Amino acid sequence: MKTRLDTEVIAMRVAKEFQDGDCVNLGFGIGADAASYIPPDKTVIFHSEQGILGYGRILTEGEEALADFNLTHAGGKFVAPQPGMCFFNHADSFVMVRGGHLDVTVLGALQVSEQGDLANWSLDPAGRLGNIGGAMDMPVGIKKVIVAMEHTTRDNRIKIVKKCTLPLTCPRCVDLMVTDLAVIEVTAGGLVLKEFAPGWSPEEIQALTEPTLILADDLKEMEL
Amino acid sequence: MKNKVFRTFQEAVADIPDGSVIMLHSFSGPGGIAQNLIKALREQGAENLTLIGCNLGQISGVGMLEYQESSSGEIPGLRERIDAPGLYSLILGQSYTTPAVLIENGQVKKAITSWAGTSVVGIESPLEKAVKNGGIQLEIVPQGTLAERIRAGGAGLGGFYSPVGVDTVYQEGREKRNIQGRDYLLETPLKADFGFVRAYKADLLGNLIYRGSSRSFNPLIATAARTTIAEVDEIVNPGELDPEAVVTPGIFVNRIVRIEQGAMK
Repeated sequence: MKTRLDTEVIAMRVAKEFQDGDCVNLGFGIGADAASYIPPDKTVIFHSEQGILGYGRILTEGEEALADFNLTHAGGKFVAPQPGMCFFNHADSFVMVRGGHLDVTVLGALQVSEQGDLANWSLDPAGRLGNIGGAMDMPVGIKKVIVAMEHTTRDNRIKIVKKCTLPLTCPRCVDLMVTDLAVIEVTAGGLVLKEFAPGWSPEEIQALTEPTLILADDLKEMEL
Repeated sequence: MKNKVFRTFQEAVADIPDGSVIMLHSFSGPGGIAQNLIKALREQGAENLTLIGCNLGQISGVGMLEYQESSSGEIPGLRERIDAPGLYSLILGQSYTTPAVLIENGQVKKAITSWAGTSVVGIESPLEKAVKNGGIQLEIVPQGTLAERIRAGGAGLGGFYSPVGVDTVYQEGREKRNIQGRDYLLETPLKADFGFVRAYKADLLGNLIYRGSSRSFNPLIATAARTTIAEVDEIVNPGELDPEAVVTPGIFVNRIVRIEQGAMK
């Protein structure tokens, strides 16, 4: 088996997409760790569903003394306070989401289609029954939707498909996919392969992707 | 001045009848959960309840461990993760009360929530188990829609149109309407007989302030319940809360109980 990028590297690559001043919701999948890789010359303001804008870094081991159960992000991790941070209720939090006030969201996915349809929840009673959370609200209102995920399932089934077979979370919403093999942009003309992981060829990535990938003019190896 | 202060949690929930609709907060971690009111309602025993809350599947890490031990499934490494020193286990190792205790106790007939599972993949929540066994009717609502439906209930509105869920399975059974060129689904308001709120401080008039991310659904719940009961760390005299900083005006709060000890900070 060839080496794929680990989740930390995916998160690092996602972080490169954030622009100075962006307000970002990270959800709690692979993307959540992107908060740890913001370069010092950029200010990125993080939003958490239960009502925080502008929280600080995620606390790491050894910082137990700073831990406050009234200051956790949506994934349940402790975060540090930061000057300029503010709190609000959950309805106002989704006014920001649905109302188009946030710039970027990073979500996980079970399937993404050629048209940018997103499937990341399941109604299957044999699986995780009815866990929808905020995943349906985020892509409806947030300007840019990035999917951070493994390129295929654990048992190597294709996740980037022509048409989703799982129930949709939101149709035609994904702008960019960052996977453990590639960076792929969703465009009106189809999926554009922009970057590939070190050691992987566009042909090998195509073999693990159902829709035909258009090779970007500036196709290159992924850089961090 | 009407006295809103109750001495004990038992007295504050004593008159909750069978069949009540209870709105209460539960998200991730113990922050903002009215744990003492939940415990008191479990003791009180009212049945056929409808619960409305964000993550009704949530159980604490210690709860998961106990639950795992009492059921068939085992999650490799859960015990190790909880026992390990450090931050993660500080969260996971906390023992705290969530609405799941009412579900486990057989007091709930219906749950309206955005998340029915636990936060750990592979651990089935008491709610998921009860739904699969046919014991509880489940209504799943996107998180922002849930918040806004509660807001609409509190605001006396007949509902609102939301773009969330359009062209997904969620739209089944909902009125779709095109407004100014975009499709929306009709969402109805949610109201409750009793609302459980966790706040930081109350004054004697019921004005509330909160702490940090524990605010969340609590101010919304206060508006949408016919009887709102708040559990707080401190009760102060009118004038001691900065009027500019009051989050929930006292008009929304009917009962206040002070947490004697062991409050989560």
